[in-house]
Amino acid sequence: MNLFSLFITASVVNNIIFSQFLGICPFLGVSKKIDTAAGMGLAVIFVIVLSSLITYLVQIFILKPFEIEYLQTIAFILIIAALVQFVEMFLKKSSPGLYKALGIYLPLITTNCAVLGVVLLNIQKDYTFIESMVNAVATPVGFLLAIVLFAGVREKVDSADVPESLKGSPIALVAAGLMSIAFLGFSGLSI
Amino acid sequence: MDKFKIFKNGLLKENPIFVQLVGMCSALAITTSAFNGIGMGVAVIFVLTCSNIVISAMRKIIPDEIRIPVFVIIIATFVTIIDMFMHAFTFELYQALGVFIPLIVVNCIILARAEAFAFKNGIVDSIFDGLGMGLGYTFAITLLSSIREILGNGTLFGFSVLPDAYEPMMIIIQPPGAFIALGLLIGLVNYLIRKKEAKEVK
Repeated sequence: MNLFSLFITASVVNNIIFSQFLGICPFLGVSKKIDTAAGMGLAVIFVIVLSSLITYLVQIFILKPFEIEYLQTIAFILIIAALVQFVEMFLKKSSPGLYKALGIYLPLITTNCAVLGVVLLNIQKDYTFIESMVNAVATPVGFLLAIVLFAGVREKVDSADVPESLKGSPIALVAAGLMSIAFLGFSGLSI
Repeated sequence: MDKFKIFKNGLLKENPIFVQLVGMCSALAITTSAFNGIGMGVAVIFVLTCSNIVISAMRKIIPDEIRIPVFVIIIATFVTIIDMFMHAFTFELYQALGVFIPLIVVNCIILARAEAFAFKNGIVDSIFDGLGMGLGYTFAITLLSSIREILGNGTLFGFSVLPDAYEPMMIIIQPPGAFIALGLLIGLVNYLIRKKEAKEVK
C-alpha cells in the first residue's frame, strides 16, 4: 500500500476514536480543556511510536523464532508498562519542562487501550516495518486531532443549557457522536 | 458485608457502564448486535471473576509497590486463556470481537476492581464482586447492543422483530450511533435515578 494513503487512512478515515473506538477513556476523561487535551495527545504519540518500534522488534526477533506468539498480549502489555515507566524517569531527568507539561498523563497511558490496540493491529495486519511505523505515527495523530477538536466543542457545551439528566458525560457522548458523523464523511475519500 | 449486597452493588448501583463510565471502548465498539454483547460480557465475567479470585488470594504476598504490574500479568494470563478458548470453540464470535478480546487486558473495569476491591477483601466477597460487576457490564452492553440491533437492523439475535415496513436506521449500527445511543441511554439512567431519589426524599 502507498505510504501516504496509509497515513491518511490511519489518521482520519479510520480515525482511532470515531471509527475504531480505541482510547475512549482518556478521550472522555481529559478533554475538558484544549491545552490538557493537546498534552495528552502529544504524550500518546510519543508512547505509541516507541512501543510500536519495540514490540515490532520483539515480535520478529523473539516471539516468532521461538514460536511463542500466544504470549503476545502478556509480553506487549509488560513492554508498554515498562516503557511508560522508563519514559517517565528519562524525561524527569533529561527534560523537566516536558515532564511537567505531560504531568499525570504519562502513567495513565499504560491503561490506554489505544497503545495496546495499535501494536496488536500492526502485527495482525502483517505490516512491514516501514508500514507499521507510518501507522504508529498516523494513528495517534488522529487521536490528537480528535481530542483537541472535541475539547473545543466541550468547552462550548459546558456553558450550554442542557437538560439536567444529560449533563456531563451523556451530552459529551452525544456531541462525540455528532463529530463522528462528520468524520464519517472522510470514508468517501478514495486515495 | 452482605454477599447479596455486594452482588447487587455491581449490577445496579455502581453499574460499570452506566454509573462508573469505565470500559467504554468495548461497550461502544462491539455493540452492533445483541449476540456480540453477550459474548463480550461472558468473556469479561470470566476474566473479572478469575482475576479477582487470584488477586484476593495473593493479596497478602504481593508487595504494595509492584502491585499494578502483578495485577496486569494476572489479568493478561486470563485474557490469553479466554482468547485461545474463543478462537478454538466460538470462531465466528472471535472474529466479530476481533482485537477487543486481547484488549480486555486494558479494560479499566478489571484493574479498577482489582485495585478497589479484590486487593482489600476476602476471596468469597471478591467472587461476588466479580460476578456482580461482570453481570452489570453484560447487562449494560447487551441492552445497548439490543437497542442498536433493533433500530439499526430491525432484528434481535438475528431474528426479525420489526414489521417489513420499518426502514432500518443505518446510522445506529455505524460508529456515530454507538456514541449517541450510549449517551442517551446514560441520560435515561440518570433520569430514572434522579426520579427515584426525589421519591425517597418525599
